[in-house]
Amino acid sequence: MSDRIFGVFGILLAFAYAMAALAIEESFLSDAVGPKAFPLILAAILGLSSLAIILKPDAEPRWPALGRLAEIAAAVIVMIAYAQLLPEAGFVIATAFAAGYLAWRLGSRPLEAVATGVGTSVGIYVIFHLVLGLSLARGPWGF
Amino acid sequence: MDIFASLGDGFAIALTWQNLALALLGCFLGTVMGAMPGLGPSNGVAILIPLAFTMGLGATPSLILLTSVYYGAMYGGRISSILLNIPGDEPAMMTCLDGHPMAKKGLAGEALSLSGIASFVGAFFATWGLIFLAPQLVKIALLFGPAEYFALFALAFMTLGGVSSTNQAKSAFAAALGIGLAMIGVDTQTGVPRFTFGEVHLYDGIDFLVAIVGLFALSEVLIFLEHRHGGSDASGKKMEIGRLYPPLSMIKRCTPTMLRTSVLGFIAGVLPGAGASLGSFISYSMEKRLVDRENTFGTGDPRGVAAPETGNNAAAGGALVPMLALGVPGSGTTAVLLAVLLALNITPGPLLFTQNPDVVWGLIAALFIANFMLLAMNIPMVGLFTRVLMVPSRILMPIVAMVSFVGIYGISGSSFDLMVMIGFGVMGWGLRKLDVPLVPIILGTLLGNAMESNLRRAITIDNGNWWTLVDSPLSIGLWAVAIVGFVLPVIVGRRVKAKMQQRRDEEGALRD
Repeated sequence: MSDRIFGVFGILLAFAYAMAALAIEESFLSDAVGPKAFPLILAAILGLSSLAIILKPDAEPRWPALGRLAEIAAAVIVMIAYAQLLPEAGFVIATAFAAGYLAWRLGSRPLEAVATGVGTSVGIYVIFHLVLGLSLARGPWGF
Repeated sequence: MDIFASLGDGFAIALTWQNLALALLGCFLGTVMGAMPGLGPSNGVAILIPLAFTMGLGATPSLILLTSVYYGAMYGGRISSILLNIPGDEPAMMTCLDGHPMAKKGLAGEALSLSGIASFVGAFFATWGLIFLAPQLVKIALLFGPAEYFALFALAFMTLGGVSSTNQAKSAFAAALGIGLAMIGVDTQTGVPRFTFGEVHLYDGIDFLVAIVGLFALSEVLIFLEHRHGGSDASGKKMEIGRLYPPLSMIKRCTPTMLRTSVLGFIAGVLPGAGASLGSFISYSMEKRLVDRENTFGTGDPRGVAAPETGNNAAAGGALVPMLALGVPGSGTTAVLLAVLLALNITPGPLLFTQNPDVVWGLIAALFIANFMLLAMNIPMVGLFTRVLMVPSRILMPIVAMVSFVGIYGISGSSFDLMVMIGFGVMGWGLRKLDVPLVPIILGTLLGNAMESNLRRAITIDNGNWWTLVDSPLSIGLWAVAIVGFVLPVIVGRRVKAKMQQRRDEEGALRD
């Protein structure tokens, strides 16, 4: 069933891709093929392979329970927040929080999670910024 | 001899203190990454590319660092196969079959050192093979026009699933998706924006490094979160190593096996769509058929350890041949190495050998150096690497995630790229669940633009005639191989895969 849903999604994607390809503005100085032809071929391959997946689906994958899915969603939200807050909060603080959260959710006890977070953050800061000179996001306190 | 002169120049380039230090660092990191379950060669190299790039290393030093990681990971994969019966990466899967029984018999040290020697032999001969075969392939590649190149790219995509692929529809889907993603951005030939939807950040396209790190590294972190697999695989198991050197008689007994499987593995590596996993698989099967008279394979026969280890390391070397000579990688990890070259603004292919001989021969010399370093590291110091297995993933995975973020942020300094990377991470997780291979997506984002421009160039040269694509015997030949390579797995794939799968855990979408 999962494969069938995936196939339907693939066909919709192929259709949307073809539409977007047809909407490309042609320049008056174009080569013989133009910017649309190859994307249209790709859309056709996407559509045909999706159709094949629908017609001949594989065995059902083992989906995680709802709780684990929520776990993944939460981790993704934390990462997105990390990406957004990185320039504002500065590298060290943001990274300590994000790494600590991931360590905690992977089963560390709270104290160990804090240690992992701070250790990862400071460790990366020292190795990559102080030793190797990579520029990292600066927060209000300069680190 | 021309080749030896070039090789000498290569050694002159590689033998600087900086390059030696980088090779040493790369070998060490690679072995560690190969040893850790969940961090394979593709992952390991992927995380390090942005770093090598942002650290401002030159082309040759970065290549030396990253190919040392690549060779190192091929060595490292065997450690957890032998000690824990868990392959550290996919090519090391077959090593479990005889390696773990040997360890159970109390011969863990012998198995580790023998497989270290086997890895060395395989990689050593494969590097020689690379030296002699790649220039020959370059001569053929110089005859290629745009139409032939287009056929060659098609061949790479159609055979990438490999003989072990069961669902070619999913491989095709992944390839089209990857190439489709490469189309995003301003069209290089006419200057019109495509699929950008008015977003300025998308005008120069999606950076393939962002895609690679997201698909490989972040999706791995999500998989670990899904299973809440926070402990270390080594906990609660005793890891006795015992003596560190194999008896001479054991080496002697394995020598013919190692020599045969070096050749076989190398060929498997060069052929499109095979790669290191298949190299170790066919090496093991062939040796089992050839020398297993007393039915000892599978119960801890040293030859059953030597065969797959030689095979996968030889294949790793062989896979570099099409990557360097044609610019078309045949496996997941070489696709990642291609990304390294492209990120450094070096286009691999026939012209690389004439325009940047320093890069090519420096790299080859570095492979020899790395190989000797790895042998030295892996036999006496193997105890150190077994300690790595004790690191629990609840500490390792946050570090992997954060280093990935740092690398990508270091390239562009924009939050937008981080968001795209997270998007790729989620997509990678979903696709791995659905058993859609990720390597064609990577290869698509890498090669998509080159493929399209070759198509358009070929047709423009012939005034818009599409039949020009199948106009020369060379391109007809390439198309024929591509079609056979695509259809063959549909017929024989299920059988081969079933055999290989016997020992594989469920999330094997990162196949090499």
